[in-house]
Amino acid sequence: MNMIAKRPDILVSVFDAKLHYAVGGAFAAMRGKSTVVKAVDGVSFDIRRGESVGLLGESGCGKTSMGRLLLKLEEKTGGTIHFDGEEIGAVRGSGLKKFRSKAQLIFQNPFDAINPRFTIRQTLAEPLENADIPRREREGRIITALELVKLPEPAQFLDRYPHQLSGGQLQRVVMARALILQPEFVVADEPVSMLDVSVRAGVLNVFRDVRDRLGLTAIYISHDLALVRYVCERTIVMYLGRIMEDGPTEDIVREPLHPYTKALVAAVPVPNPDQSHDPLPIGRGAPDPRNPPSGCVFRDRCPAAHARCASEIPLPKPVGTRTVACHLY
Amino acid sequence: MSEPLLSVRDLRVSYQVGRNFVHAVDGASFDIPRGSITGLVGESGCGKTTIARALTRVIAENAAITGGQILFDGKDLAKIPEKEMNALRWRDIAFIPQSAMNSLDPVYTVEYQLDEVLRRRGGLNRKQSRARSEELFEMVGIDANRLNDYPHQFSGGMRQRVAIALALALDPKLIIADEPVTALDVIVQRQILDQLKELQTRLGVSVILVTHDISVVAYICDRTVVMYAGKVAESGTMQAALTAPSHPYTMGLRNAFPDLQGAASGILTPIEGAPPNLASPPAGCRFKPRCPFALDICGTEPPVIEVAPDHPVLCHRAHESAALRIESAKTETWMVPA
Repeated sequence: MNMIAKRPDILVSVFDAKLHYAVGGAFAAMRGKSTVVKAVDGVSFDIRRGESVGLLGESGCGKTSMGRLLLKLEEKTGGTIHFDGEEIGAVRGSGLKKFRSKAQLIFQNPFDAINPRFTIRQTLAEPLENADIPRREREGRIITALELVKLPEPAQFLDRYPHQLSGGQLQRVVMARALILQPEFVVADEPVSMLDVSVRAGVLNVFRDVRDRLGLTAIYISHDLALVRYVCERTIVMYLGRIMEDGPTEDIVREPLHPYTKALVAAVPVPNPDQSHDPLPIGRGAPDPRNPPSGCVFRDRCPAAHARCASEIPLPKPVGTRTVACHLY
Repeated sequence: MSEPLLSVRDLRVSYQVGRNFVHAVDGASFDIPRGSITGLVGESGCGKTTIARALTRVIAENAAITGGQILFDGKDLAKIPEKEMNALRWRDIAFIPQSAMNSLDPVYTVEYQLDEVLRRRGGLNRKQSRARSEELFEMVGIDANRLNDYPHQFSGGMRQRVAIALALALDPKLIIADEPVTALDVIVQRQILDQLKELQTRLGVSVILVTHDISVVAYICDRTVVMYAGKVAESGTMQAALTAPSHPYTMGLRNAFPDLQGAASGILTPIEGAPPNLASPPAGCRFKPRCPFALDICGTEPPVIEVAPDHPVLCHRAHESAALRIESAKTETWMVPA
């Protein structure tokens, strides 16, 4: 199952990836409750070099787990993930170190992601040390990285501590740290959700700018379709560990195909007093990852569910520019 | 406008931090009409939660209301004795906290917690209390047979519904909801907002919705109060705030977040800088350091100017707001010369 050699334009290739967590332990097992949560369950997609892909979904849909799998921060339960033609499951030792310098994570909460006892210089020097960059080169690389994320007069920040920076400045430092080893691939996990509205735009613009300038391949994990639309040309919609819909973001925003995506798009509040207040086309209740429905995982909330949805898991099908996992198509 | 339900006049709330005072709310004035749903919006640290708490007089130990009036039903809540205030809480003014998990007691069933309010504060007997609990659960769309469940048995959205039921228990005149949907996913968020709006309209109660999310406010509120650094930047109808924002801060916010209905190619424009430290705010207008329209005069305390009836704006240049609005839509306006 190695198509990678034939497709040099593909940087990341995921096939039937699974990440199952055991939860609850012995007592839950005794009571007959399922003890496995399928955070990611049979997910396949390819990412082209230079592409920006949004992983969209509600909490518990597996988007963060998927992101962690891609970076090998979590060992997959099944399937394959190829990075630059190489299956990452087997990567160890120096190969892993090299992989880590090429694939980086931008954390969600800048206030948690940075050691409060480290100065900004120490924060940014650490990855350089790990990658055995000679000491004399470090200061220059640190300054370059801070310039890249548009921190004005970077030298003034070097000896400051995180608490002396604003949220927006700190998130730029987090970004600089992820970029300092010049990765090819970054996974950004809700990088602006902790920031105030007025400074979000600045960080998002830096993200777009840096990505374009360095030609990065990026995954942007978010629950906010409007944000995903701003940074990603393609969106993958996840629900209970599976992909519901995958395609160009604009198409998804304009005409969502999967019933879940339809509800998701309709639910986004917009600053327009004339927005429709019609009830959402989705059943109430929350998905329970411990006991997903048989067949299609979305069927118990789906307004279009029919008999087949309970008996047969819908496979992803190409529909126009998109891939949709739904028996309606 | 008929007599408002709540009228806040020049409210001041300060926190003592070490030897310093932080004036978290520094002269805020606004009205809450009867039967309205008002969004109190602003960024973290702007004083919106402090106001919400000051209205119920449940504030931190190191905080105090240092001035102004909170006129509610002919009483000044800033001055009435604690005993009188306590009688108003829940009965007249109810509070929906941000995280329902933290406000519900994990070791008691939900019914026990409703019962406590209904019997102790509402004076109902056991039977009436049970009937009212069932009625409340039905109102917020939860099956009554879940009354005996514990908070952890509910999902996040359900817990928020329970919190709404608790707030509605004694038919209050005013409900203050502090970021009631912030922790929720977009679909659940929408369902809770619809529920809140439906109940607000049906019961004719007034709601103050404290949030940082302008889209949420636009979705369900008919009025808004925009706060910046402890002061009210502008207030008025939702329509006015969206179509004719008249404070440069509100104008800037409009360009700063993505809009699913807007053009795909649009570029977001941040407001450069960050809100000021309230321990040492800038002199004069607090938005001056980030404002592209600031003049020398902005170094002095800005006046409140009524740009239209029921639309006060705290800005020296409010009378020019129509022209500034046109400028504010351009990205260049907000770019700081490097």
